[in-house]
Amino acid sequence: MEYKLTFKDYAKGLTKGKLLGLKCNSCGNITVPPKMTCQECGGTDLDIVELSKMGKIVTFTVVNVAPEGRQNEVPYIIALVKLDEGPWIMGNLIDIDPARATMDLIDREVKVGFRVFPGDKYSPGNQASPVFSFK
Amino acid sequence: MRKVAIVGTGHTPFTFETEKTSIELFSEAAMDAIHEANLKPKDMQALYLGNCLGDFSEGQAMVQSYAANDIGAFHIPATRFEGACASSSLAIRDAFIWVASGYYDMVLAGGVERAASMGTPLATRTFSMFTDSHYEYPAGLTFPAMFAMLAHLYAKKYGVPLEKLKEQMAQVSVQSHYYGMFNPKGQFHKEITVDDVLNGFMVTSPLQLLDCCPFSDGAAAVVIVSEEKAKEITDKPVYIIGIGQASSGKLSAQKDHLPRLRAREESAKQAYGMAGIGAADIDVCELHDCFSIASLIAAESLGFFEFGTSGEAWEKGETKIGGKIPINVSGGLKSKGHPIGATGASQVAEIYHQLRGECGERQVEGAKIGLTDTLGGDGVLCTLIMQKGW
Repeated sequence: MEYKLTFKDYAKGLTKGKLLGLKCNSCGNITVPPKMTCQECGGTDLDIVELSKMGKIVTFTVVNVAPEGRQNEVPYIIALVKLDEGPWIMGNLIDIDPARATMDLIDREVKVGFRVFPGDKYSPGNQASPVFSFK
Repeated sequence: MRKVAIVGTGHTPFTFETEKTSIELFSEAAMDAIHEANLKPKDMQALYLGNCLGDFSEGQAMVQSYAANDIGAFHIPATRFEGACASSSLAIRDAFIWVASGYYDMVLAGGVERAASMGTPLATRTFSMFTDSHYEYPAGLTFPAMFAMLAHLYAKKYGVPLEKLKEQMAQVSVQSHYYGMFNPKGQFHKEITVDDVLNGFMVTSPLQLLDCCPFSDGAAAVVIVSEEKAKEITDKPVYIIGIGQASSGKLSAQKDHLPRLRAREESAKQAYGMAGIGAADIDVCELHDCFSIASLIAAESLGFFEFGTSGEAWEKGETKIGGKIPINVSGGLKSKGHPIGATGASQVAEIYHQLRGECGERQVEGAKIGLTDTLGGDGVLCTLIMQKGW
């Protein structure tokens, strides 16, 4: 069974300003990031859809200790965002000084963009990843 | 299905960087476990060994095969289990199943890790491999960052002011370090205060240094046998009466259920159901306190406290010996240390000795039933329930 929306195609969409997801024709729910099956019901009748790229921050952290090879990135903010269509995605919050990141960030509305993580010796080269900025 | 018992345990000291190899560490724990059961390595019919990062820490994959040979358990089937920090609990659960089924009578299970030896940057990078490599690691996700996000989510969801939550989290670390004073196998033997935690370096907000368990080296092993063999070996067997294991998708896919981890609830339900008991029947618990907030989340999903209230329980001493449910009186991952592949076996060894009344100053008097809870990555959970067998 062929994968409907691969990482490569999802990431390519991000770099072209599109946030792609999968709409389940069985239960109606949207799955992002993409999977073989619907995250809610396991259904396999899925269509690729373009999402609004809008959502709200549900949680965040300011990272001061980075993995090997990424020490030059600290401090950086990781956030989980609940998209208007329902799913949660993870990415980096930009547009704010990490020193000013407080609980007030939760529920703030954000739009989705992208950055490219160049990868390291353990990962397969360039990987596009969501970033969040204020509307 | 046959009854299955633990009849011996071995546990190296959990330490900062060691000069011993993974095979040397595991062999020490394994021989102690086998000798405690008055058995010989050749009595073992299989080895189930948890190890996560040997490939990275010392360029050693396939450690299970060399370890079996190292202890003189020649040519036995040896299998490696990788479930991040839950690896050796998965190994013990499978050992249980194979002995319960009647296929084996005696299995050696355990785990080993040299996480401290890797140093913080490489350890942080490799621990991040227990997250989604394509959809979440590119954002720079680390393990502390995952639980840091759950801490903020916990504060928001349950309406606990962050400052209050931070004090409750600090109390978790204070208690673990207090009991850690009485565990000679532990990595730390130093009491700390709430102020020490709250004045520590901010690793990833809101988690400070003493909210986090250390990187550790060490090994632990247990001998798992059928009831029939157990009766020949000891008059104080500890029976495994409930097992559970479950998994989840990447953190973002768990969405609205967070900060609870559904895999934990599925796993605990299996174990309680199999044992025919509930949380109120547990006398002593070792749970996966990789971070202070992780303890609060775990204790609630295991059924010990209402959601959003376990911080108060720690503050009131309900998790101490003499309290409602003594939790992590070994010192937990925080003070005892967390050599990830060995942690589950270490937790099981603690419960084994608690049920046998062998824990000295940290003994929970009269403990008859104990539970271990081990978390791997963001979604591998294993629950084991043990009962005093005499």
